[in-house]
Amino acid sequence: MQRIRIFYAKTQALRYTGNLDIHKIWERTFRRAKLPLAYSQGYHPQPKLNQACPLPLGMTSRAEIIDFWLDPDLTVEEIKGALEKGVPPGIEIQDIRQVDLCEPALQTQVVAAEFQASWKTIPEEKNTSKKILVMKIKEILSATTLPRTWKNKDYNLRPYILHLEVLERGDLERTCLFFRLTAREGATGRPEELLAALGVDPFAVHIERVNLIFR
Amino acid sequence: MLLSPIEIQGRLERILLRVQKPGRYVGGELNQVIKPWDQISTHVALVFPDIYDLGLPNLGLAILYETLNDREDVLAERAYVPWLDMINAMRQAEIPLYSLESKHALVDFDIIGISLPYETLFTNTLEMLDLAKIPLYSSERGENDPLIIAGGHSTSNPEPMSDFIDAFVIGDGEGVIHDIVNAVQAHKTQGTSRKELLVSLAAIQGVYVPSLYTPIYNPNGTLAKMESLFPGIPKTIKKHIVGKLPSPPTKFIVPSIEVVHNRVSVEIMRGCTRGCRFCHAGMITRPVRERNVDEIVESIQTALDNTGFEEVALLSLSSSDYSHILELVDAVSQRFAGNHLIISLPSLRIESTSVDLFEKLKGSRQGGFTLAPEAATDQMRMMINKPISEQQLLETAGAIYSRGWHTIKLYFMIGHPSETLEDVKAIAYLCKAVLAEGRKIIGRRAEVHAGISTFVPKAQTPFQWVACDTVDSIKAKQKLLMKQLSGPGMKFNWTNPQVTMLESWLSRGDRRLSRVIYLAWKKGAHFDAWQDEFNFHAWQEAFEEAGLDPAFYTHRQRSLDEIFPWDHINTGVTKSFLKADYKMSLDGILRADCREQCYACGILPGFIELRRQNPGQSWKCPEVKAAGAVANET
Repeated sequence: MQRIRIFYAKTQALRYTGNLDIHKIWERTFRRAKLPLAYSQGYHPQPKLNQACPLPLGMTSRAEIIDFWLDPDLTVEEIKGALEKGVPPGIEIQDIRQVDLCEPALQTQVVAAEFQASWKTIPEEKNTSKKILVMKIKEILSATTLPRTWKNKDYNLRPYILHLEVLERGDLERTCLFFRLTAREGATGRPEELLAALGVDPFAVHIERVNLIFR
Repeated sequence: MLLSPIEIQGRLERILLRVQKPGRYVGGELNQVIKPWDQISTHVALVFPDIYDLGLPNLGLAILYETLNDREDVLAERAYVPWLDMINAMRQAEIPLYSLESKHALVDFDIIGISLPYETLFTNTLEMLDLAKIPLYSSERGENDPLIIAGGHSTSNPEPMSDFIDAFVIGDGEGVIHDIVNAVQAHKTQGTSRKELLVSLAAIQGVYVPSLYTPIYNPNGTLAKMESLFPGIPKTIKKHIVGKLPSPPTKFIVPSIEVVHNRVSVEIMRGCTRGCRFCHAGMITRPVRERNVDEIVESIQTALDNTGFEEVALLSLSSSDYSHILELVDAVSQRFAGNHLIISLPSLRIESTSVDLFEKLKGSRQGGFTLAPEAATDQMRMMINKPISEQQLLETAGAIYSRGWHTIKLYFMIGHPSETLEDVKAIAYLCKAVLAEGRKIIGRRAEVHAGISTFVPKAQTPFQWVACDTVDSIKAKQKLLMKQLSGPGMKFNWTNPQVTMLESWLSRGDRRLSRVIYLAWKKGAHFDAWQDEFNFHAWQEAFEEAGLDPAFYTHRQRSLDEIFPWDHINTGVTKSFLKADYKMSLDGILRADCREQCYACGILPGFIELRRQNPGQSWKCPEVKAAGAVANET
């Protein structure tokens, strides 16, 4: 048995495919590539795989990571060659590595995630003022609490925000927000929550996860 | 052009995250075909008039998608009816219905091909056209509107949808679709009028252009005759069939979200020789044409390589009747077993050898075992021509339980007019007997799930003369079953009698029902196949407003010499054969499997040349000697 780690980008229409369905997409990719995925035992055997941290629906990502277990073992080159032909549109493999079987689960290793939010080029959105945005960012960063409600529960979003800035690129249409949120188990900052706190219509921006930060 | 693909894409971005399962509306799946729009002469949109989840796995459309996209001069793209939340969002954002591949508005296509396998998709078809901003009525479409065509089982009586569809495909779509495309291409290059195009389509075998015909009614509301409005067009429209099933599709689109069937589907044969009298598919898909084992196995391999699916379905109306079923099952299990692959083989006969077959295919994941006895007394079995004895059922059930299955699904049908309450009680008795058999073998784990559907008399079957059961009577029968089929280990589900009424109106309706369908849709009927969306009230009001009596279509025993609104549609099976078979049903006389003996249903004389060109065992009709050989003998 061997454990391999795939670093990939999730793009195009696949951003509307949820996490469980992404597992299925990978399983089928391995089946097309005729790679020997290891399956769990029992009545309903499932392929052994493990994803770093789920990407919210609608976002693209340049930093997706997933682990697979293969049995019998192959070289990384063989795996790369087989997968190259098989990946569906919307998945771009960046790197494949073999990792130690004893390494802890991926989601326990990730501590933070970095995002970039850019405005979709919709004319009616242009009048959101950049000045207000910059002011709000200052406000949030200087505060110690940022009360929010998620699923009827009050919580403080502020400690989840590790970094937040506007990347200057002229008018708002080409401006984007860059932010780093915690992504530990039980302490995951939600990009859409941050945007809401900033008064940004989450449907007006396109969010991309650009980096996952490991422990 | 309503909106360009880029404009549509832009507006979509704004709404997709506000609706459930946005993955339904974006395309981009593995194996979708995108061609350069401007370099292709003919653009076809294939539409399933229900949501993506149901439409994507549709085999008929997969066949057409592949065969059309194989042509260099054609591109075929897909569209489905969005779910209610998305319909609202699209209307608000003024997004017309578009194709998933290139995001072109449907109006930009030359041809829109709609799959209509069942009647409860009719109002959704209007919803789809409306969302696409295409005039609903065929008569209101102009020179630049797409040609709207429809095919599928429900079009063996096309009349109810006649006002909305420009041309119907009768029979197998694989061949006809290319003839239609060619006719549209000729029309475009020659610059002929829409009317001229329709007339040219009417000359193609298997194409029915309803606007070229007009029904004349008797004072009592029945049809007097169907008059053709144009010289030279055929009086009857004969279905088109393929003599040999073409290679099965192997580049199935792999959905990026969960849909109802995630699998490779292979049709192992088309048609059925059993002759169950209630079975619409069994009557209209004749003759039986089989694929050979090698072709099936190779196509499964190619399709699995192309898709990575974890399930394969071997489809036909009666799998056990496929001539090489043992050989096929052996080949398939040998080649594909042990790969975490589920192989499903539906529609097995009720006999213990079916259990052997199923066991060979049993993968690591398994479901229940389904049997369809349909009737529970000898009298009803004779009536419907499906004679399965109690002993045969119990023996098969015993074999199933003893080989490791815990659950047996049993399908029965109620509602035939000659059915008595005793016949209905017998269904309950039989379900309990099967459960008792299971208890004997595996104890309390044994379960029976009884699916009790209600008989809908269908056009083009021996029961087309028969009245449909009334809502009150159906309810009484269901209540009786509900009482009997309760308790541990027993589950029971049934069909809403009001849905049965709808199906009955539409399946034997005439052209006047187009107005009813339109009015019902206007009053909010859509997604009729969805329990929670079904709006019986809208249909009742629609009938009232149209000045038609729904009972005329359902509860009237039709006279043997009545001219039916679908008589000009020739499915190959003659009306005289159906009539004789109907009389036999009244006398309780069985007609055996027609592989044993030909009963002259009309298929062979109707397609004699095709049979001659396809000799041997792939057809189950008797062989026809070559024309030359007959001459030599005499």
